[in-house]
Amino acid sequence: MERYTKPAVLLHWLIAVLIIAAFTLGLTMVNIPGLTPTKLKYFSWHKWLGVTVLAVACVRLLWRLTHAAPAYPLRMPVWQQKAAHGLHGLLYVLMFAIPVSGYLYSLSAGVPVVYLGLFPLPVFMAPNPELKPLLKFAHYWLNMTLLALVCLHVLAALKHHFIDRDGIFKRMLP
Amino acid sequence: MISRFKLAAAVLSSVAAISMATDAVAAPLKVDPAKSTVNAVFKQLNVPVEAKFKKFTAQIDFDSAKPDSAKASIDIDIASFDLGEAEYNAEVQKKDWFNAAQFPKASFVSSTIKASPGAPAGSKYDVTGKLTIKGKSVDVHFPLSVKKEGNAQVFDGVVPIKRLAFNVGEGEWKDTGMVADEVVIKVHVVTTPS
Repeated sequence: MERYTKPAVLLHWLIAVLIIAAFTLGLTMVNIPGLTPTKLKYFSWHKWLGVTVLAVACVRLLWRLTHAAPAYPLRMPVWQQKAAHGLHGLLYVLMFAIPVSGYLYSLSAGVPVVYLGLFPLPVFMAPNPELKPLLKFAHYWLNMTLLALVCLHVLAALKHHFIDRDGIFKRMLP
Repeated sequence: MISRFKLAAAVLSSVAAISMATDAVAAPLKVDPAKSTVNAVFKQLNVPVEAKFKKFTAQIDFDSAKPDSAKASIDIDIASFDLGEAEYNAEVQKKDWFNAAQFPKASFVSSTIKASPGAPAGSKYDVTGKLTIKGKSVDVHFPLSVKKEGNAQVFDGVVPIKRLAFNVGEGEWKDTGMVADEVVIKVHVVTTPS
């Protein structure tokens, strides 16, 4: 069976690791009560991870647009092909929407992002207390949506591997 | 009648004496609290964050004709410190940071105000004075710029301080790796035309 290209595979797993790290760190840091140096450190790291996800997502999208994904096996029902395609599309949207919402949330709170503590990233929005709770809400629920979709994505991959045994999962293995 | 007259004369002369005394000092200016701000900029992992003191009173006696007799003082209400997040605002009032329960006010009192050499007359001054935060007084020295906007006068002072000199950030916050020692206090005072 035709596999994804090597860079596509690399980008997939790289972004997967980054997203899991950013997501876990995000949940951890907001559950630290009060104000501690660790909490502030995690906030910064979380933002750096998010910015990295956004950068990798850009590269990934460019690669995907210029390199077709391998075709689905013929015996895979059309509705499943469409569902898989739709789910992949949504995951792509969230790979962009989540870091962007987080970035805007940070700007609305008056905290610019300095990547790795070295590179100040653009501040194109003034602190905005009215928008802040909306962006917080959006960032949180986009993430919860991502969690649900990633679960579906993983379950589908496992189903193809262990139940259908159609080799779909292997196309993305390193 | 005579005694009443004497009393009136005495009152009048003392009023005159008081008004002459105030004339001798530069006239205090009326500060417009709505347009004036006192902000603190600090760096957290190199990220500049600006927070404001929402409540303060500033007194400025200033006459550009005689800057040497100028005086400035500011009283800041620590409880009004706003980082933009209620949870953090509550935290910084605690003992490790401002200890507002024991030290509810910060203050600045000028000792000298001198025209900066080289700057256009009436535009820049060198100010020295005592800054007191969390019960600790430190001598500070900073440039003050003055400009006219319509009938109002605008004073801008940028005061670099070190937070640890005032014990702001104790315990685990003493580590300046997370929150830098250097803090800049930006004072922007607008006076209303009197």
